[in-house]
Amino acid sequence: MIYIITGHYGSGKTEIALNLALSLTNPIIIDLDIVNPYFRTKDAQKMLVREGIRLIAPEFANTNVNMPTLPPEIFGALESENDVVIDVGGDDDGAIALGQYHKYFEDKPYKMYFVINKRRPLTSNSQDTIRLMRDIEGASRLKVTGIINNTNVKGETTAADILDGQRLADEISQITGIPVLAVSGIRSILADLKTDIKKMPLDLYLTLPWERGV
Amino acid sequence: MDKVLMKGNEAIAEAAIRAGCRHFFGYPITPQTEISAYMARRMPKIGGTFLQAESEVAAINMVYGAAGAGVRAMTSSSSPGISLKSEGISYIAGADLPCVIVNIVRAGPGLGGIQPAQSDYFQAVKGGGHGDYRMIVVAPSSIQEIVDSTFLAFDLADKYRMPVMLMGDGMLGQMMEPVAFPDTTGVKLPEKEWATTGTKKMRKPNIINSLYIQPDELEALIKNRWKKYIEIEQNEVRFEAEGTEDAEIILVAYGATARIVKAAIKKARENGIKAGLIRPITLWPFPSDVISAAAKKVKAILCVEMSMGQMVEDVRLSAAGACPVHFYGRTGGVVPIPADVYDEIRRYV
Repeated sequence: MIYIITGHYGSGKTEIALNLALSLTNPIIIDLDIVNPYFRTKDAQKMLVREGIRLIAPEFANTNVNMPTLPPEIFGALESENDVVIDVGGDDDGAIALGQYHKYFEDKPYKMYFVINKRRPLTSNSQDTIRLMRDIEGASRLKVTGIINNTNVKGETTAADILDGQRLADEISQITGIPVLAVSGIRSILADLKTDIKKMPLDLYLTLPWERGV
Repeated sequence: MDKVLMKGNEAIAEAAIRAGCRHFFGYPITPQTEISAYMARRMPKIGGTFLQAESEVAAINMVYGAAGAGVRAMTSSSSPGISLKSEGISYIAGADLPCVIVNIVRAGPGLGGIQPAQSDYFQAVKGGGHGDYRMIVVAPSSIQEIVDSTFLAFDLADKYRMPVMLMGDGMLGQMMEPVAFPDTTGVKLPEKEWATTGTKKMRKPNIINSLYIQPDELEALIKNRWKKYIEIEQNEVRFEAEGTEDAEIILVAYGATARIVKAAIKKARENGIKAGLIRPITLWPFPSDVISAAAKKVKAILCVEMSMGQMVEDVRLSAAGACPVHFYGRTGGVVPIPADVYDEIRRYV
């Protein structure tokens, strides 16, 4: 199966992509981010190597140049029998990079997740969020198959934030008919959360230098 | 109000809008492009002006014009772009105009690289442009402080009629943290009687100018302006001090580097080393007095920067030989890690 993770930047796509990849058997993870210069899937390279997960990332990711070239190995990955997780960077601009691969999805099943975070200013209501989702679908030439509520304000997230995000996710689902597949967040908060939606507990891998311990 | 999760660059743009900025002139460059992107989306919706100029030189001169007309104007760039803007900044300083310039610093010199750096300290505080002038430089170290500093930058610019730089490294521009925005209802922007807003035949024309034909006239003007700079040095120094009371070693760092240093200090304290931090928030005016006082009480000062050593010169001037001032720096887009800073601390105590 090919899993495509989309959403506004700051929605938490990369953490979800990493956690999803870790739950699969022998997956390939693709860092398709052509927008963000740093804080991306490739940051977790050491962990991925340790876990035996193959990472395909733009050749110049995390270097000193802006060179949004995508490696040809992506074609091979999409033709393989492996599970593939694609972390699509940025917003609809980032999703343009995905559009070139759309022919691979014409007769192959895929799951495209749209990650929402109500605490991000440009996706705090259903109108703006649906517009962004449609823009991403247009740019990628693919259809969103499920919504993940990943509402968070990093370390200050409360259960109330997540439930507030759940109302937004439900509203978007009602308007668009796209199902809400999961609610994600750090384990300690999700554990006590009362919800009927499937919980997707996350371990966080993208850390700042001062969060990594001495 | 609920806190929101924002990228440093977005937080600058949103804070500027809330501070009354309706005129933004930019030119894209990594790692600050989100500022322009945010302004491009938001300004048209609130009756503001976003303009992507044909170059950095054009953008800063648009700021010059807008500031002269009395509005709150801003531009943003990253290191090579600020070099291009430096001529315009000098003109703005020479014409006593308020504006905010954002520098989200990347590695240099030349095209350098897109990863975080702090190697534009000299350029910011020693005058990137020509002539006798000063620029207030505010260097936040968290996304919330970025928001607060953006308001502060506009207020200081208007108060003293001069350019103010908001400086952060690429990491601060790109990282995300929770932020809350202050309530601005009822806040009125200051009147600007000097602005070129049209005389309506009620007053003499205001003139925006930095050219003076007679040397003695220019000298008198600059000397008068210098009184303002001295007033700023007396009244506008901002810094954070932590664990300095009992410290045997003081670290000096600003911006995101100060966060890394704090992690190293925590480890040092856990291992019985009394380390403290002085974090300049304003790089000019520089917190010389607090560093000077601290230098007399400690074994050593350690300055940490993402450069080959720029702020350390001001730290040494402040310490004035009262204690040794050591330096640890990474450059070229390499970010120091707490473990390395901790090793440096151990070398000097």
